[in-house]
Amino acid sequence: MLRYIYGEDLSRFPLLRDSMFKDRATQFRDRLGWSVEVGSDGQERDGYDAMNPIYAIWERPDGSHGGSMRFLPTVAETMVNDHFRHLSGAEIRTPLIWECTRFCLAPDAEPRISSALMLAALEVGLNFHLTDLVGVFDARMIRVYRRLGWEPTVLGSEGAGRGAISVGLWACTRDVRQVLLEKAGISAAFSQAWFDQSFGLKTAPLAATG
Amino acid sequence: MKGRLDSFIDRLQGTRDFDELQRHLKGLRDTFDIEHVTYHSVNSTGHQYASTTYSTDWSHQYFGEDYARIDPVVQGCFRRFHPVDWRQLDWSGKPARDFMGEARAAGVGTHGLSVPIRGPSGQFALFTISDARRDAEWERYTAEHTRDLILAAHYVNQKALELERGSDETKVQNLSPREIDVCTLLAMGQSRAQAAEQLGISEHTLRVYVESARFKLGASNTIHAVAKALSMGLLVI
Repeated sequence: MLRYIYGEDLSRFPLLRDSMFKDRATQFRDRLGWSVEVGSDGQERDGYDAMNPIYAIWERPDGSHGGSMRFLPTVAETMVNDHFRHLSGAEIRTPLIWECTRFCLAPDAEPRISSALMLAALEVGLNFHLTDLVGVFDARMIRVYRRLGWEPTVLGSEGAGRGAISVGLWACTRDVRQVLLEKAGISAAFSQAWFDQSFGLKTAPLAATG
Repeated sequence: MKGRLDSFIDRLQGTRDFDELQRHLKGLRDTFDIEHVTYHSVNSTGHQYASTTYSTDWSHQYFGEDYARIDPVVQGCFRRFHPVDWRQLDWSGKPARDFMGEARAAGVGTHGLSVPIRGPSGQFALFTISDARRDAEWERYTAEHTRDLILAAHYVNQKALELERGSDETKVQNLSPREIDVCTLLAMGQSRAQAAEQLGISEHTLRVYVESARFKLGASNTIHAVAKALSMGLLVI
């Protein structure tokens, strides 16, 4: 299932939290070779994790991490504005755009989890009335996003080949929702219910929201 | 509605002091057709500023009794950054229920929406509207107006921060090269489509650059943003 959790509430889900930060070390340090900081506990964290971001996390039946991403408002500090402004050509700072980073999958994640995460990002955008999400990603991901059915507009890139890094914008429009739901194999009602549950909203009966 | 939000932002820009800001906040009740508007800011040094349309009696009672300790709105919004409908909050405990009873009796209303704002250097602000609309009406109202309320909240916060800094002109937020390109082409009379084509970007992306520049300059619309960038000498034509 999908959970949306503020950083300060991760302590309520210790297994989910620890396996997420470990999987991030595996993906970003071991597989992609990024110079990220990994603690002695084998977990990867950066300064933005300390800013109480919202995480969207796919939780597996055993309570462990299947995949995740991280959201922060662009009116405060973000990775895109602090480190990649030269790529986007602008300091993107508006109340209606949030940054989405650290798209991460567990090493043995089923393919549908990446679709579910894209869906989670769209749910965040639609439910919180955002116009766009902005993110930093390695070039390899552009193909993945296209295949998943929600492609970003690339604002700028640097580097070449496998090492290239881009900044892009995802427009949050309702018309991509159906495609993402289908690719993730999740019903509209469940997706909304998971979201509502995480943010304390009372969900209407499932049949009525589908 | 859009026009009304823009004219509110325009009025806000001319604001010189906190008294004037308070008058504009009160005016927001008409702009948004809402019973109450409250803005509360706490900066990193603990300095606070609050403005509200609630009755003086309720404000005194709230601060006198230090209700922030038990107010689920404060508990549920602090350190957050997503818009919060009061129905999402946990009102189940007895102190919270008693507090809700007193708030309703004081005319706060039955529904509320709060926009938490994460500002620079640890600043935190909360912008809240509340009303006595019925459930279905409230549902319709928030579906339609939440985006504008988020914008209004952030423009108010930006102005309050500027007044607190004590500068009488908006601190010149440097526009980035892309934002300058876009504003320059628009100032030269090009349409959005033409400007986008010339810069090799989509119209959607162009709109993001304009929105970003607009927010930094505290401008209510594109024309205003371009005019302001020109007057601040940010564009060279």
